[in-house]
Amino acid sequence: MIVADRKPLVEIQEMVANSRKILVIGCKGCVTVCNVGGLKEAEILASSLRIGRNKNGKPMEIDETVLERQCDPEYIAQLKDKVGNYDAVISMACGVGPQFLSEAYPEQKFFPAVNTKFFGGAVQHGIWEERCAGCGTCVIHHYDGLCPIARCSKSLQHGPCGGSSKGKCEIANDVVCIWDLIVRKKMEQGRLDDLRLFQPAKDWRTARDGGPRRSIREELAS
Amino acid sequence: MSQDFEPQILAFCCKYCAYAAADLAGSMRLNYPPNIKVIQVPCTGRVDIIFLLRAIEEGADGVYVAGCLEGECHFVGGNLRARKRVNYVKKTLAELGIEPERVEMFNLSSAMGPRFAEIAIEMTDRIKKLGPTPVCRLAG
Repeated sequence: MIVADRKPLVEIQEMVANSRKILVIGCKGCVTVCNVGGLKEAEILASSLRIGRNKNGKPMEIDETVLERQCDPEYIAQLKDKVGNYDAVISMACGVGPQFLSEAYPEQKFFPAVNTKFFGGAVQHGIWEERCAGCGTCVIHHYDGLCPIARCSKSLQHGPCGGSSKGKCEIANDVVCIWDLIVRKKMEQGRLDDLRLFQPAKDWRTARDGGPRRSIREELAS
Repeated sequence: MSQDFEPQILAFCCKYCAYAAADLAGSMRLNYPPNIKVIQVPCTGRVDIIFLLRAIEEGADGVYVAGCLEGECHFVGGNLRARKRVNYVKKTLAELGIEPERVEMFNLSSAMGPRFAEIAIEMTDRIKKLGPTPVCRLAG
């Protein structure tokens, strides 16, 4: 899923400081699963903003709603009778949400309430870790299911660097050196020689280096 | 600050400990301030962040959650979750410029009737010192 963190309350307050009527829109997709932008979190944000405004004697009207997904025009269209009635609309979806909303309703001002961070998963309740860098050409099978593109600080593809120490990366004590894991796994399974195989240079054009990407599925597109 | 200020304080009490302790405090004829409004919950793990925020939003001067002693939750870890949520709300209030002490977490057992009364007194005194909530009450 796409993992995000909510922006600090002060930053969101500043964004909508001059608005008197606000709509907070959650998303039932990834941000609900990572507990940052679902209906519950939209209610918490709305309540926090109301408390802040009421404390300052500047009450405002604030509503909350949630869409099935904010990355799909058919759900964005469900807001057509709503968005025009607000001074500001806050999206709690990943960075895709506010953009789809802005494209669908160009006259309305939208604000992001979360910082979108990475593609990852929950390693335990409340802790998410990056697992995919979305490089566009998956090479995980060469590394026994462990991705050095996303999980090595330098995205090295041919072995660890000198910063690998006792299984940790030099950048921080809590960052695992993925190359340490890859090599150990290969050794355990007697396949260390796999790493001697020649790998051509990775084609980074499928990653962000090739500019904004798009995916077309001929069988679906009309 | 007016000497007549009588705070409104909400107490989310677990039925297995704090609520039973409140019963015991009553049976023991212990006095505690009438400012406390008790809400029984099946476990403090049931208390969500939004419950605490709504209480503050609607004009409560203070809110506290009273759960079982740590390690003795009937549902294993509900009281530990509640403490984390209370801490989240404290942090939110601090960000909004409101005293985080208005929200608190307490732990006690069902046998601790006097402690229940003590907590009620402690919280009432604390909120009286802090004064009325800076959050304007909603119309109506």
